[in-house]
Amino acid sequence: MLLSGSEIVMECLLREGVDVIFGYPGGAILPTYDAMTKYPQIHHVLVRHEQGASHMADGYARATGRVGVCIATSGPGATNLVTGLATAMMDSVPIVAITGQVPRAAIGTDAFQETDVTGVTIPVTKHNYLISDIHELAYCIKEAFYIARTGRQGPVLIDIPKDVQNEKIEFVYPEGEIRLPGYRPPTSANESDVFAARDLINNAKRPIILAGHGIMMSGAMQQLRELSERAQIPVTLTLLGKGAMPEDHPLCVGMMGMHGNAASNHAIQESDLIIALGMRFDDRVTGNLKTYAPHAKKIHVDIDPSEIHKNVKVDVGIAGDLRTVLNQVLPGVNGNTHPEWLNRIRDWQEDSSERDILSNYEGDKLLAPQVINDLWRFTDGEAITVTDVGQHQMIEAQYYPHRRPATMLTSGGLGTMGFGFPAAIGAKFGRPDEPVWAIVGDGGFQMTMCEMATAVQERIDVKIAIINNGFLGMVRQWQEFFYEERYHATPMVNPDFCKLAEAFGIPNMRVTQRDQIQEAVEFANSIKGPVLIEFVVEKEEIVYPMVPAGADLDKMIRRPKKGEQ
Amino acid sequence: MPNNTSKQVVVALVENKPGVLNRVASLFRRRNYNVDSLTVGRTHKSHVSRMTIVVDVARTDARQIVSNLYKLVNVIDVKALTGEPHVSRDLALIKVRTDDVESRNAVTEVCERYPARIVDIGVKYAIVEITAQEDLVEKLIDELRPIGIVELVRTGVVAMGRGVRILDTEYEPINHHQTAGDLERYGV
Repeated sequence: MLLSGSEIVMECLLREGVDVIFGYPGGAILPTYDAMTKYPQIHHVLVRHEQGASHMADGYARATGRVGVCIATSGPGATNLVTGLATAMMDSVPIVAITGQVPRAAIGTDAFQETDVTGVTIPVTKHNYLISDIHELAYCIKEAFYIARTGRQGPVLIDIPKDVQNEKIEFVYPEGEIRLPGYRPPTSANESDVFAARDLINNAKRPIILAGHGIMMSGAMQQLRELSERAQIPVTLTLLGKGAMPEDHPLCVGMMGMHGNAASNHAIQESDLIIALGMRFDDRVTGNLKTYAPHAKKIHVDIDPSEIHKNVKVDVGIAGDLRTVLNQVLPGVNGNTHPEWLNRIRDWQEDSSERDILSNYEGDKLLAPQVINDLWRFTDGEAITVTDVGQHQMIEAQYYPHRRPATMLTSGGLGTMGFGFPAAIGAKFGRPDEPVWAIVGDGGFQMTMCEMATAVQERIDVKIAIINNGFLGMVRQWQEFFYEERYHATPMVNPDFCKLAEAFGIPNMRVTQRDQIQEAVEFANSIKGPVLIEFVVEKEEIVYPMVPAGADLDKMIRRPKKGEQ
Repeated sequence: MPNNTSKQVVVALVENKPGVLNRVASLFRRRNYNVDSLTVGRTHKSHVSRMTIVVDVARTDARQIVSNLYKLVNVIDVKALTGEPHVSRDLALIKVRTDDVESRNAVTEVCERYPARIVDIGVKYAIVEITAQEDLVEKLIDELRPIGIVELVRTGVVAMGRGVRILDTEYEPINHHQTAGDLERYGV
């Protein structure tokens, strides 16, 4: 079959099972956009800014576990993808980005809309390709998908010069195995490490499991639960680990880290064994490394060998697929109870609930925790929530407990403001039958709110909850704590979000009182299509607890108890 | 070797493709590894190049360097040689002043005490070549310095482990230009 490069791209996408791609056309990618007309099986979503396309591909991938695809033209189109690629890189999300490039003969001449995109994206992709020969095209696309979804997953970019897209060759799809001599992701653990890990687990008095994103990426939810239940080991979650274990499970202590549950942080510091599974000891979860979990032996399992011993030196480091490794370890794990340890954790939890603002607040302003907690109630805790970055993100993590994997999508590692709304659109394309809520702040939403037009054009059923406090709230909180309340460049003069939604043709509602929340959720659910709800909340709220950057993990700034101001 | 306690010698086999050096250099830059020297050259297999990288490792764990290099898709095999028996060589060309009898004799005399030779000699300058371990090269440079060095170039260290541990080159690259018939042997 004589096919052009563009048609080969589409043929390869079909064979990878791609059903939707997010993108924006332009000169250097036009041949591929033209080829799309022959492939109606693949739906193209026209975004309003390429950053949105990369976040949508990311949200799609996080929601489904499949590879998300975005596409853009050369130069500015490609550079606009970079934030989304970096976001996906930090959070190990499999996406494939396809970019047009100027014709081969023009490469290196500073041609119109030419950028060295493979050069620019080396640090923010797992791998990338500049296709210099059409004969390599199909193979490279196949490799790209394979690399994106195996090992430690991540973004892969394919840069295709315009003349390669136009060139025609006899097309034979490379059906065989991928052969990458330097790419051998680790799989299982060696026996001695398995024995060492079991030994530590069976002998621990105060063990705790630190469960991360890797649990879901390797599908080890069942194994995690079995380990935790059999040996009665409490589980604490990273931000991206939310969903790895149902948060209403009695052994689940909730999130750890800078704004994690105090009980989790205290437990980590007092533990005698840390079992870190599919997480990478980010500075936001460890605090001061010198004083981190000082009494604990440490087991670390991660798919990426370079994560072992990177931040925290461990006693047993296993590079491998989490599910495989847990299946190796589990048979030798003894039943256990740890009653004293679990009671100690329960005490910390009780202390936290005494400090909870939801039970202590007597003012009449609407609070972000009230909004999130009511959203949780009125969506039965079953919505897919996609957050932006900042206070509302941490409040979501604290007040919207998730039961199922891949129901809380958020930019963790990179902390990308503007991620939430486009990622929610992508997530809805991936899981059209589930309710999807974008929970965003007024700051972050304004970074990518142009995608409201995309949502309307696609009639995509995403609900937008803007938690509007008129501030860049998390930055303001730092200014309050660490910069003597000099609120510089954090107060925001915002547009009227409801009128804005109106202009885009999006039904909307403004909520200023707690008793309106239920009505607002019902209103949103009554409409099939995008709906925007603006929650006008208390301006100067603080997310507690807080571990100041670089402080010891258990040296948290706490919310005072009632009557303790 | 002097200073070598804080230095790591890492050897890597990489696919001989455009941009691979850039990927390696980019990795070292973004991970904040301080590169002392980096050499690349082809091997006996045309599709494989070999790098020897010397890293100032005061702040970096050698395991981290190796596992990060290994993460690059185009890196076929990596090994840290420091602490293992290995042969390492640095080559230097040193242009020294030889415009009087005294200096000419001095250069000749110094070279006799090193695995070095004079490869070019003119009225004003001579070029000395030395291939040796890095510390010997440095000693020679120190001895030539008072005579008058005007130009100096070094290749950087190349190294190879002794004995049976051999870096893996046992693969053949895919030839994308083969006809459909030829592709069968790749299972296509």
